[in-house]
Amino acid sequence: MHDNRAWFGVLPVLLIVSFSAVIPLITVVNYSVQDIFDVDTRLFVGLDWYRETLRDPRFLDALLRQAGFSILILGIEIPLGILVARALPTEGRRVGLILVLMAIPLLIPWNVVGTIWQLFARPDIGLLGSFVNGLGVEFNFTANRLDAWITLLMMDVWHWTSLVALLTFSGLSSIPSAYYQAATMDGASRWQVFRHVELPRLKSVLMIAVLLRLMDSFMIYTEPFVLTGGGPGNSTTFLSQYLTTMAVGQFDLGPAAAFSVLYFLVVLLLCWLFYTSMTTNAEEQ
Amino acid sequence: MKAIQAAKTGGGQWLLYLYGIYLALPVYWLVSLSLRSNQSIVGTTGDAGLTFANYQEIFTNPVWYTGFANSLSYVAINTVISVTVALPAAYAFSRYRFIGDKHLFFWLLTNRMAPPAVFLLPFFQLYSAVGLFDTPLAVALAHCLFTVPLSVWILEGFMSSVPRSLDEMARIDGHSLPYFFLRIFLPTIKSGIGVTVFFCFMFSWVELLLARTLTGSAAKPIVVVMTRTVSASGIDWGVLAAAGVLTIVPGLAVVWFVRKHLVKGFALGRVS
Amino acid sequence: MNWMAWTLPTALFFVAVASALLVMIVWELRSPTLTRRGFLPMATTRGDRFFIALLASAFAHIAWLAVSDGPVLIASGLSLMGGFVLMRWG
Repeated sequence: MHDNRAWFGVLPVLLIVSFSAVIPLITVVNYSVQDIFDVDTRLFVGLDWYRETLRDPRFLDALLRQAGFSILILGIEIPLGILVARALPTEGRRVGLILVLMAIPLLIPWNVVGTIWQLFARPDIGLLGSFVNGLGVEFNFTANRLDAWITLLMMDVWHWTSLVALLTFSGLSSIPSAYYQAATMDGASRWQVFRHVELPRLKSVLMIAVLLRLMDSFMIYTEPFVLTGGGPGNSTTFLSQYLTTMAVGQFDLGPAAAFSVLYFLVVLLLCWLFYTSMTTNAEEQ
Repeated sequence: MKAIQAAKTGGGQWLLYLYGIYLALPVYWLVSLSLRSNQSIVGTTGDAGLTFANYQEIFTNPVWYTGFANSLSYVAINTVISVTVALPAAYAFSRYRFIGDKHLFFWLLTNRMAPPAVFLLPFFQLYSAVGLFDTPLAVALAHCLFTVPLSVWILEGFMSSVPRSLDEMARIDGHSLPYFFLRIFLPTIKSGIGVTVFFCFMFSWVELLLARTLTGSAAKPIVVVMTRTVSASGIDWGVLAAAGVLTIVPGLAVVWFVRKHLVKGFALGRVS
Repeated sequence: MNWMAWTLPTALFFVAVASALLVMIVWELRSPTLTRRGFLPMATTRGDRFFIALLASAFAHIAWLAVSDGPVLIASGLSLMGGFVLMRWG
């Protein structure tokens, strides 16, 4: 039903999100074209901060690191989640309980996820850290870059694979069993069943899973902040943490604002690409 | 179904067991550390007996329990605001077409997807200007950045699965829109509202960056207290672990009630 | 409002964005858009094409700033032309 009066229903949301998102964003754009010493002493510098940020190797490094992290966790979590979902029993009273148990990591506060993995992986007091060191393998995520990355990846996989599995499971359970029977009669192998029966019907849930994991990993802040603090060196400093250090730690308002705008635009582009392909996909079906 | 089940025995079972162990071990370690004294954790004494001293410390030390209280108060305010403003908006999106509806809906999504860090710079100035800095209300409003879009999306998903014939019947019966919405429509989607409350609660409860930036000493939330537990003698790992266990409890306590809709909630209402 | 650190150029920029949105709304009220298929890979409305044009010009400016020290107005000019092409044939 077309009725523009529906706008009145949306107005409260608009006002409140404007206060917490639009006004800050406008202010960030204002900051980004000035050199700010304090509110009354500021200098218009045009687009210099953008030019500087775009050519700053530290920014490009953080961006690459971020992209690498997102691609890696997607590459692990999506296939692993699908495998776990396919291995789950489809019926019986246990299913509900298993699903809830699997969801537990998703319900843990993000900083506590960091704390848990810190307690778990530390070489002195951690179960994992002391075990691996006991095997004779040097492992210390606070000192070694590779170990820090491995720990971070393990933590993120631990934290979010269940989300992919739960989504895939709900997609799988909507496939009529007649499809499977037909495939079995044709003598399809397990891979063929997956490729030609399951995958096409999982397309929409998997797109949501990829969208959520991509965007959430792109804004990751709390877990690495607690676990590694961005170190050793800058090896686990991702975009949000880099930005926060710049803004709060060093109080470089102008460059940090330009960084924010660029970061936001990248997120906007990714979000739009996914949203458009999701809606186009839904319309085609 | 036999065919599916047959395909799932064998390798799949092993994968599930391994995955289960992988999920359980870190949590087990957290719980077990929370029941040990810090001396026994860092290994200065051989005493490894169970103790509840860490929990006792949290319940008696005002720094810890006010942290919990502060967190709960802004989470509660945030949840009430988010769900209240999101209900009419979700109804509008689900039942009407209006100018810019699709763009508005997408814009809400971008706020959920955008890193809070990009909005962070002027937050101190903004909330100081309106006199809210270091209050639970400031954090609650800041968290609306992602909880309001989240609520609108989830509620829209639930509302769209209610057939429109319900609306039309109410109109034929002569009910006004407000009466229909409050007395007939809301009760039909109450499980959706429950799920929305749960997710607002979750996402506000777990957020650290905005909560830390907007609070000083008066409204310091538990997540911030946890990142600053370094005392003169180093970090008290036992108390930290106990605090971690306690922050998980609220989520666990309610997850059972929303288990049927958990997936729908995480997928922003986009799957059935 | 002092804390928002307004400058004349950014104020003009946001006024321009706001009026563009207003124009789009008025245009929509006068003659509702039709979803159509142009050279873009999906069917779009007028508002979609406008958004794509804005996003594309933002990235055009970023690309220009990243590689060139020349005047930004060249990027703006290119964006305007690209935006027109998108709105007309996209």
